[in-house]
Amino acid sequence: MTAPFGRRRVPVTAAGAIGAHTIVTVVDEDGPRPEPGQFYMLAAAERWGGGEDERPFLPRAFSHMRVHADNRLDFVLHEVGPGTRRLAELESGDEVWLLGPLGHGFRPARSGRRPILVGGGVGIAPITALKDELGATALVLLGFRDAAHAAVAERVPGARLATDDGSAGHQGLVTDLLCAELGCDPRAEVFACGPHGMLEAVRVLCAELGVPAQLAMEAGMACGYGACFGCVVPTRDGYVRLCLEGPVLDAAEVLSCSAPAGVAA
Amino acid sequence: MLGAGGGRGVISFCGIELAHPVVNASGTFDAIAARRVFGDALLEEFPFAAFVTKTVTVEPRQGNPPPRLWELAGGMINSIGLPNKGLAGFLRHDLPELADLPVPLVVNVMGFTREEVARLVETFAELDAVAALELNVSCPNVKTGLVMGADPGETAALLDVVRPRTTKPLILKLTPNTAAPADVAAAAEAHGADAVSLINTLRGMALDPDVRFQPSARPWLGGGTGGVSGPAVRAIALVQVHEVRARVRLPIVGMGGVQRGRHAADLLAAGADLVAVGTESFRDPRAGERVSRELREHAAKTALSRPPAVRA
Repeated sequence: MTAPFGRRRVPVTAAGAIGAHTIVTVVDEDGPRPEPGQFYMLAAAERWGGGEDERPFLPRAFSHMRVHADNRLDFVLHEVGPGTRRLAELESGDEVWLLGPLGHGFRPARSGRRPILVGGGVGIAPITALKDELGATALVLLGFRDAAHAAVAERVPGARLATDDGSAGHQGLVTDLLCAELGCDPRAEVFACGPHGMLEAVRVLCAELGVPAQLAMEAGMACGYGACFGCVVPTRDGYVRLCLEGPVLDAAEVLSCSAPAGVAA
Repeated sequence: MLGAGGGRGVISFCGIELAHPVVNASGTFDAIAARRVFGDALLEEFPFAAFVTKTVTVEPRQGNPPPRLWELAGGMINSIGLPNKGLAGFLRHDLPELADLPVPLVVNVMGFTREEVARLVETFAELDAVAALELNVSCPNVKTGLVMGADPGETAALLDVVRPRTTKPLILKLTPNTAAPADVAAAAEAHGADAVSLINTLRGMALDPDVRFQPSARPWLGGGTGGVSGPAVRAIALVQVHEVRARVRLPIVGMGGVQRGRHAADLLAAGADLVAVGTESFRDPRAGERVSRELREHAAKTALSRPPAVRA
């Protein structure tokens, strides 16, 4: 499936905070239905490039959290820099530039394996979209810093939670929950999205237990369609552009999920 | 050397017919990747009047370790490191696909010695699918230690070796990281280049914000330093095109921070014959087509085929 050639100016129909996160909903009337794990390049139509310090300048990459029947798309944001700050200011009636859906999403689980979905922070986005597709059978494990950040998990009924400070769910890491689950029954396939450290822990754990995993990764990205060569990650085939070959990669192909130094906000 | 510019009708650049004066800057648009992402719509609505490839080197290159990008005020720094499949890989895998594009193909090449550049030029000289060659001379000659495009003598010596190897147009891509780009352009003209393109990116650096004020302070980019592009360099591009135009009669491909038709019009007024869109394509994959259309609209309003030349 290919993406429409060109960015589309689309309206924001809802925007609001859930705890420490913001959910922005846009209507993409002319766009194709995205697959869980695909992503879009997003930029506010106004005040993008003209603000303090002339940033944000480049669009930002986001996987959709949920696609509704009427082509509404939900995106979840956490303010970490000028781009996410500007997007979090959007209000209903504002407009955004949208390019996508881009990249390759999650593939179906290998036969005979139960899917376990693991999300951390804003990594909840493609996990929610995948859960919507898989339905009740899929177990969802979500990790957050604290209860305020975990509030967004209300969008995924039935998810089991872990928080660093124990203010919601299990006190500790989401990979503790994953470790326990795989200990009970390793005939699973893991679908994960989250911070670099979490993904690396999932990758190493799954490799040790021989459990297949699909990782939705993140990298600083200027364009989203293979032009800038900025978003490379190390794989067995050398560096690959995450926007073209990912953002979902088979864990067995990935050499490391650790951030080289960090990811631009 | 140039017909009616300004975006109306067919124009001629070094004998190559182009539908409008907007091309892409090397390394800012991957037509093969874009076709995978956007399908045949890319070919039906190709945003540029010619396609300039990413730099091809003799040997394959992996490119620099990440992070490769840094966003800054009105632009970005990239430290990509010229990843490419090498000459053999390019000929086998990329050229057949690029030959299908609906516009003339310009192949950008770089070598670490004059002989390497000559080998690349000689190879592409034989191929009908290639309309012209652009020489990336922003790297040092490993034998002399001098950047091939930063020193007029080095540029002249390179062209003396390379020029006899092809009858195809040779476009020399000037680097702004030198005291006098116009001196290099004059050397290029005297030693047989058919055109010059400018500006390449300006050297720049960013420091890792996560370890600011700490003893472990370090550059952000995996390659240490990188090249600055985007609107932040637009004024520099304008003055350098203006200065080069004052020195040479060669056709000029002007680029640097072009986001809108008016920016392209300024470069044309400063002396460029074609305009390249680079970083703006990262924000908008159809930016080339949009800039060309806006330029045409400006031209229609003023009833001029191209903006009048600016006076010194």
